[in-house]
Amino acid sequence: MTPRLVLVIAGLTLREIVRRRIVWVLLILVVASVLLVGFGVDRLVTFARADGVEELEIRIGVSQVLIMIAFMFSFVLAMSAAFLAAPAIASDVETGTVLAMLARPIRRADLVIGRWLGLSVIVALYAIMAGLLAIAVVDLVSGHVPPAPAVAVSFLAFQAVVVLTLALALGTRLPAIAAGAITVVLFGLGWFIGVLGNIAIAFDAAPLSGGSDIFRVLLPTDGLWRGVIYGLEPPLVLLVASGGNAQALRANPFFALSPPPAAFVAWSVVWVLLVLGAAIALFRRREL
Amino acid sequence: MTAAIETQGLRKTYGRTVALDALDLRVEPGEVFGFLGPNGAGKTTAVKLLLGLTRPTAGDGRVLGRPLGDRATRGRIGYLPELFRYQAWLTAREVLTLHAQLAGLPARVRDGEIDRVLELSGLAARADDRTGGFSKGMQQRLGLAAALLGDPALVILDEPTSALDPVGRVDVRAIIGEARNRGSAVFLNSHLLGEVERLCDRVAIVHRGRVVAAGALGDLLGESSVRIRATGLPAAGGGLGALAELGAVEHDDDWLTIRHVDPERIPDAVAIVVGLGGRVHAVDPGRRSLEDLFLGLVQGTQSPMEAGVDAGVDAAAGGPTGVEGDGAMIAGERR
Repeated sequence: MTPRLVLVIAGLTLREIVRRRIVWVLLILVVASVLLVGFGVDRLVTFARADGVEELEIRIGVSQVLIMIAFMFSFVLAMSAAFLAAPAIASDVETGTVLAMLARPIRRADLVIGRWLGLSVIVALYAIMAGLLAIAVVDLVSGHVPPAPAVAVSFLAFQAVVVLTLALALGTRLPAIAAGAITVVLFGLGWFIGVLGNIAIAFDAAPLSGGSDIFRVLLPTDGLWRGVIYGLEPPLVLLVASGGNAQALRANPFFALSPPPAAFVAWSVVWVLLVLGAAIALFRRREL
Repeated sequence: MTAAIETQGLRKTYGRTVALDALDLRVEPGEVFGFLGPNGAGKTTAVKLLLGLTRPTAGDGRVLGRPLGDRATRGRIGYLPELFRYQAWLTAREVLTLHAQLAGLPARVRDGEIDRVLELSGLAARADDRTGGFSKGMQQRLGLAAALLGDPALVILDEPTSALDPVGRVDVRAIIGEARNRGSAVFLNSHLLGEVERLCDRVAIVHRGRVVAAGALGDLLGESSVRIRATGLPAAGGGLGALAELGAVEHDDDWLTIRHVDPERIPDAVAIVVGLGGRVHAVDPGRRSLEDLFLGLVQGTQSPMEAGVDAGVDAAAGGPTGVEGDGAMIAGERR
């Protein structure tokens, strides 16, 4: 690997996203959705207070709404990451742009890592900025602050990096559209299997939950999503959950009793490195 | 002296499709080498193999003395791909800066080099425009500019004039001439024969993945001949013996053909004919054109096997029958 060339490619990737106005589209979307969230939560709180609902109940309600919003945003983020990363190499190969570049003294690994780095910076910044903005707006209109916003947005960003790594890797061999579509389907499947796994735990169906654990290892997005929820879940809800009704609550896909174990987070880091390594290996063997 | 390009039996197959059968080539440093062939002959595959963009199925080669695809060597090669596409959201200058960075051009010479190639390729006025708005011809000029960055020891141009108008083609000839003057070897991949004929020191003609003829252009095209249309000459060739010392003479109706004639002596031939009382109507100094040679080799008048690699180098010596047949064809066209 040549760090100088990796940085050249990463810089090129950042410039591409800015120049092609993708960054502005993303920003406008964020601002529009955050404004809508603010408006919605404000209405909710105002009506609830007018009806004399207890402040504690309102807090819990708002916290759950915030988790719902985070979930929807994580999906949008995953889609954005997939459709930014899938063509990053695939389109350059399809159009032939890559030929002139790879005839220069640059390793294919430098190109893949540079692309990955540039995209990761953009996607992570986007996740962190949009996440914190939504949390700040909810705080502004309702006074609710989740217990660990930094943890939540970090897991959100990490999840997006996992998605983009997969899309980039698939794009080294597949056409951009196929790579993007497969990534989004796998991401959705991961979430769905995670939900099934939770239900399985709630009903003590060990084989099913075992299956979902295996998928979570194969694609760590859903496991990392649990980290987002955990960072947003108020301690009070956790307290209630640790009581008698815990089993039923665990089946709720928008609930996490504990953060993802450190070993799982470490595995997710290794997963990203392994998939990136596979992307490099696949791209090196590709005939251009 | 280390060859700019040297390959032995370079072969590439995709499944059962043979893209390149067995390529034997040698390109000397500082020469302009024309690599000719019909579409699908394996020209682009050969270029990709030379650059390490694709790996050979068999055979071997060296570029600038180093194995195919060697990374450091790629820093001394400029390449214009056949499918030239550059980042549409970058300006011409930014594309060149990117390529200068990738090529490892030292920062202190970078700007000067970029200005030089922008000027050379005729893009100076559009340097700060985004390439997305460029016509195909301008994109091809940009590709040429990128290929010439940093005075590479070897410039590989894959169909460099495919998108250019006649003015652009003339410019490209000047650009290639300039690159040669600066000491670059130029490997010109083309099926535009006129272009190759004007530019190249040596050529190789590739057909169905094999070199069917190779050598200096003069050798391949054979000796010059001249055709003179004259009336009023003595019957039965009387007195034409004086022409025989200039070359092999044939007399057919009004046409006299003198083969293997030194072009400098054509006026002498005319003087002899006039001296014999002939009235000269036309003088047609002819040489087999590259097109004739090419069509002859490619359209099956000679199978690739007959004209094989070894025979190809001596194509001029081996091809008098071909010359005759083709010569007649040219005459017919010119009349």
